[in-house]
Amino acid sequence: MTATATSARSDLSELGRSETALRTFLHGLPGVDQVGAEQRAAQLGTRSIKTTAKAQAIDLAIRMVDLTTLEGADTPGKVRALAAKALRPDPADPSCPHVGAVCVYPSMVPHVAEVLRGSGVHLASVATAFPSGQAPLEVKLADTRAAVEAGADEIDMVINRGAFLAGRYKEVYDEIVATKEACGDAHLKVILETGELATYDNVRRASWLAMLAGGDFVKTSTGKVPVAATPPVTLVMLEAVRDFRAATGRQVGVKPAGGIRTSKDAIKYLVMVNETVGPDWLDPDWFRFGASTLLNDLLMQRTKLKTGVYSGPDYFTLD
Amino acid sequence: MFEYAPAPESRSVVDIKPSYGLFIDGEFVDPTDGGTFKSVNPASEEVLAEVAEGGAGDVDRAVRAARAAYEKVWGPMPGRDRAKYLFRIARIIQERSRELAVLESLDNGKPIKESRDVDVPLVAAHFFYYAGWADKLPYAGFGPDPKPLGVAAQVIPWNFPLLMLAWKIAPALAAGNTVVLKPAETTPLTALLFAEICQQADLPAGVVNIVTGAGDTGRALVEHPGVDKVAFTGSTEVGKAIARAVAGTRKKVTLELGGKAANIVFDDAPVDQAVEGIVNGIFFNQGHVCCAGSRLLIQESVADRVLESLKRRMAQLRVGDPLDKNTDIGAINSAAQLARIKELSDAGSAEGAERWSPPCELPDRGFWFAPTIFTGVTQAHRIAREEIFGPVLSVLTFRTPAEAVEKANNTPYGLSAGIWTDKGSRILWMADRLRAGVVWANTFNKFDPTSPFGGYKESGYGREGGRHGLEGYLNV
Repeated sequence: MTATATSARSDLSELGRSETALRTFLHGLPGVDQVGAEQRAAQLGTRSIKTTAKAQAIDLAIRMVDLTTLEGADTPGKVRALAAKALRPDPADPSCPHVGAVCVYPSMVPHVAEVLRGSGVHLASVATAFPSGQAPLEVKLADTRAAVEAGADEIDMVINRGAFLAGRYKEVYDEIVATKEACGDAHLKVILETGELATYDNVRRASWLAMLAGGDFVKTSTGKVPVAATPPVTLVMLEAVRDFRAATGRQVGVKPAGGIRTSKDAIKYLVMVNETVGPDWLDPDWFRFGASTLLNDLLMQRTKLKTGVYSGPDYFTLD
Repeated sequence: MFEYAPAPESRSVVDIKPSYGLFIDGEFVDPTDGGTFKSVNPASEEVLAEVAEGGAGDVDRAVRAARAAYEKVWGPMPGRDRAKYLFRIARIIQERSRELAVLESLDNGKPIKESRDVDVPLVAAHFFYYAGWADKLPYAGFGPDPKPLGVAAQVIPWNFPLLMLAWKIAPALAAGNTVVLKPAETTPLTALLFAEICQQADLPAGVVNIVTGAGDTGRALVEHPGVDKVAFTGSTEVGKAIARAVAGTRKKVTLELGGKAANIVFDDAPVDQAVEGIVNGIFFNQGHVCCAGSRLLIQESVADRVLESLKRRMAQLRVGDPLDKNTDIGAINSAAQLARIKELSDAGSAEGAERWSPPCELPDRGFWFAPTIFTGVTQAHRIAREEIFGPVLSVLTFRTPAEAVEKANNTPYGLSAGIWTDKGSRILWMADRLRAGVVWANTFNKFDPTSPFGGYKESGYGREGGRHGLEGYLNV
């Protein structure tokens, strides 16, 4: 590490102290050309991943799934079943890897924790008044602490989009810092809700803001607004984590969530990771898919590759 | 590591004949006084087919056939009927697009993803676009009843064999001319497949004639007294010879020649997209592009950062089998072109520029050149002045917008230029001052049949594409 790199690194940690410094920094990031970013994402989607590469990608994608249910109708029974599936996604094939994590509401955490204990599958909980984030800070922090105490080792928080869009970056920053503190040892994923940020410039700025404030992951969406993860949004976020590591030495993960339903889509994302940030991120510790229906499609494709024939949906468990 | 398994496109979709004759007056005929030559796959040096070499007698036969078709059938035919044929050709091209793409990649060496996603779709789009003009010529802005010229002699290069054919043939036929086209000697096969498509479309005999051969065949065609129009795309050197040959004749000429385009990156550019544009500008089609962004001008204050991103991105480029769907950079078209690229690159090193290529394994057989950039290049270096026509980028820097314009224009060429900045007003300011036929802003190498394309200075004259592209084929 050179002397200039060290000083640049310490400078970044000072940014959060002032609204002006944060604004100057975030608005000084290079812009994103919408047409170009969308074109690049589409290009990466034309890679042809076949045979051995496809098998490898499918197993990796399964290990990266954050198997999610975030419904008002969730019950202990429902989330226990989901957790069981997370452990053994394909009961017919013991060689099938388990998923990355189960993601539920805080009240469901204890029920999932019983099932997952000691399994290596992480337990993620949304918190901070998910999905809108429209609650007093104290409530959000209490929400976070409760989830961690109940056994969650990953917290998916939402940023305050209202404050971000109004340009009150320090407020957003401080909330992330406070939530990170409330997480203790739990990993913090910061949901940007990119569908509400609207522009790629905003996505890049929000990614940097989340990383500067200490987020361990940046995540696209709650899945509760019409526009969720898209390839170009994920591309912009991957570029941000790549540049952030170059500037600070700290690696941050990326989680596209919502709208990824097919193996084909998942593989396109893996290609994007591979060619944008490289193999360092091709690991469940650094890249996750927030999804529910994706898993069964991955399992169907996996079985197809192994047996040469497609099985119907009834050969795979519902949850 | 995530290794992509080989994903080759099947070559069985195309049926290559062992030998091809000349396509004259609606049928394939043997050359009367010429010999034959071989077309090879530049990725493997395997001979693909033996092709007839048209001599002066064959050229004469083709021009007569084109003249007869012009006078008896195509010239008098109402525009709406000509349009039907052009629409039919366009549809057949779409239907047979996979076949055309595979053949183009085999014969030219370009990656299948480019022939499949760029070349062939643009070819069909050109025919669709000009088919639409065929019955609307009075509204093209060239008077109430513009007339065709007659017989067009068309000579095209090897970098986009089928696309250049479309750029030439579609407007000529739409305007009511008949054509004799000579494809490049290293890439004649898709033109011959196009001849089969003309038969399939029941195009009247003699409207399209294809005479294969090398420089002598082209010269005989251009100098033939029976042609009314000469259209050429290729090197500036040959373009000048053509201009001399037709000087003083009644022949109308359009020339699409070389280029040494500046791709200009300002300090406020969207860096990641600019890097994509730089890569697309110079490594698209192995850099065998007359409008390639072969000179990168970066504002000095961001030069290191942009170059670092560029090198990281170049390390992702996949060089290899053109038929593999994941290949980004295919084979150099011919041994001769490879030698030229090597010679100029060596000159770059010898003149003191710093050479860099990502680590990449090149196949043993065939013609290959790793993507290469030269930094520390000055305007005085040969690699900053001469067209390399390969995957070689010369990087220069500038301090102010005025200096960028000065450097960009300081070339005998003027085909294209690129500007990368977030500032709209600067784009307009620059575009006004750049002496280039096409200026791309925050993109590069974008083509569309509705958009005119052509050069300033030694990059040629006349425009192809769009309404403007009709002018070269009308008596206006």
